[in-house]
Amino acid sequence: MSELLVTRAVSRYFGGLAAVSNLNLTVRSGELVGLIGPNGAGKTTVFNLLTGVYTPTSGDVMFEGKRVNGLRPYKMARIGIARTFQNIRLFRALTVLQNVQVAAALRARQGFWSAVLRTPRQVHDDAAIRAQCMELLDRLDLAPYADTRADALAYGVQRRLEIARALATHPSLLLLDEPAAGLNPNEKSELMSLVERLRDEFSLTVLLIEHDMRVVMGICERIYVLDYGEIIAEGAPDAIAEDPKVIAAYLGTEEA
Amino acid sequence: MLWLLSRALGAAAVLFGLGAMSVWLTHNVETYYYLVLIQCGIAATLAVSLNLINGITGQFSIGHAGFYAVGAYVGAAWTMLWRPIFAKELPWLEIGSLPGDVANLIIALALGSLAAAITGLIVGTPSLRLRGDYLAILTLGFGEVIRVTLLNIDAVGGARGLAGIPTLASTGDLAAFWVFGLLIAVSLLTRNLMQSTRGLTWLAVREDEVASDAMGVDTTRVKVTAFVVGSTFAGASGVLYAHFFTGISQDIFGMDVSIMITTMVVLAGTGSVTGAIIAGFALTAMPEALRFLKDFKEYRMVVFSLALIIMMLTRPQGILGHAEVGFGSFVRLYQRLRLGVRRSAR
Ligand SMILES: Nc1ncnc2c1ncn2[C@@H]1O[C@H](COP(=O)(O)OP(=O)(O)OP(=O)(O)O)[C@@H](O)[C@H]1O
Ligand SMILES: [Mg+2]
Repeated sequence: MSELLVTRAVSRYFGGLAAVSNLNLTVRSGELVGLIGPNGAGKTTVFNLLTGVYTPTSGDVMFEGKRVNGLRPYKMARIGIARTFQNIRLFRALTVLQNVQVAAALRARQGFWSAVLRTPRQVHDDAAIRAQCMELLDRLDLAPYADTRADALAYGVQRRLEIARALATHPSLLLLDEPAAGLNPNEKSELMSLVERLRDEFSLTVLLIEHDMRVVMGICERIYVLDYGEIIAEGAPDAIAEDPKVIAAYLGTEEA
Repeated sequence: MLWLLSRALGAAAVLFGLGAMSVWLTHNVETYYYLVLIQCGIAATLAVSLNLINGITGQFSIGHAGFYAVGAYVGAAWTMLWRPIFAKELPWLEIGSLPGDVANLIIALALGSLAAAITGLIVGTPSLRLRGDYLAILTLGFGEVIRVTLLNIDAVGGARGLAGIPTLASTGDLAAFWVFGLLIAVSLLTRNLMQSTRGLTWLAVREDEVASDAMGVDTTRVKVTAFVVGSTFAGASGVLYAHFFTGISQDIFGMDVSIMITTMVVLAGTGSVTGAIIAGFALTAMPEALRFLKDFKEYRMVVFSLALIIMMLTRPQGILGHAEVGFGSFVRLYQRLRLGVRRSAR
């Protein structure tokens, strides 16, 4: 398997605070990797660094062998890195279908003027994008809500739409920020099988932040543990669950 | 290319209809009502063009009168100051005949909207860093800067402004043609854009900038394009105003006008084109309609403000909310009415 994402000694400071320091991640194509850690450990900051929301204070982010730090977020999305948000950020007044269409628009080849003039090619391309989006909704069981406003959806459905929207950009790397937060046990099980299914069907690589240990241990093949911005452990789920440093970080004991 | 031909034929038909309507209106409607109608059309165009910036991409700009002023002054400067220079060499630039008038109005429109577009680009660029209240203050300030600048340029009359701008398009017969043609153009542009995937990315910027950015939307480009297109049309409205009302001065492009246009967009229900048109007409015609209160002149604006307050309380989402009134809505209304009639007949 080839290395899709590599970070080399990436650090990010906010004033004097090292939100992330000396981060070395390697994610290979097709992997499903977990990123865990206590509150405030810097997990979301890692995602923000990988998606161009923040630029690293030092270090390099390599994607498909190319150095990508400093790219604006929309460029990151265009090269194949898509994400969901921990605190849901849907386009609230738009419908479910429109939410997904916005993300698919990065593949639209027609510009502003052909949109304004409604050229036949523009109309044709838009119809194609719309059809692709409907199909995507169907595969995530969102088709019945296609014309529902995003803010009228139940919480669990909103979380699923976040994933659908990210997928509409046709990413190779999908970053999920606490996709199970706020879901009930039933929905969590569904989410787990959904993520595994999507990974296979869309040949994705997934990096997942999650607090729910059942979810993380259940689907991740490999886990990184972050604490105070630093990786304190890395390995298979079983090994991580027994690692004394990890237990210490979570329980707050044995701190030197 | 067949579509281009059919588009062109459609446009020609609309333009011909507009022209005929315009001539008919000029000769059959009292001048006062005619001028109110023209003013309504200009206000609606301003509202629809600001809607692209405020309603659709969600940038709270309240300096639209500034772009309107730039268009008006540059357009008038062409006709009054620059045209005579060129006309010495180019006789077809003489005014007084239909072809000469139309040619000059087109040149004035091109220059006025270009100047407004460039201004839009200059004002729109800092808007990338500012949002909400800060952007509102910046644009409000910009509008005032334009006004005070005009006040101090002697070439355009300073405080007196420019008077006696020649009425082009053969003494105003075609005023409605130009004004409503422009309104239709900006409305169709907005409608077509909103029906495209590209247009959805504009709405996405309004809904959540961070999320649109993360989904591959070049938010910078969207916001600046909205600013430039919106100000282009405001500039063009300014050119038309200058040429049909024949006099301009800096005080008719003040902050109150900016706020009035913003009110129209807010009242319309952010994003709705038909709402913006209705609001443009209503807010322009209402103070005129209230002129019957001539003995109580001072209460006119009170009634006006009360109407606005009642509106905001009863329909905070605006006249139409996010909806549009189209031909389809009338069909549905008709069907609903018929259904109602049939039910009550039983
Ligand atoms: N823009 C910012 N400015 C200043 N400090 C920040 C900024 N973003 C994050 N931080 C700080 O960086 C640290 C890591 O935050 P981050 O959101 O990455 O944590 P997290 O691991 O995602 O936590 P949680 O599990 O609560 O989501 C926190 O102390 C946070 O306050
Ligand atoms: Mg977080």
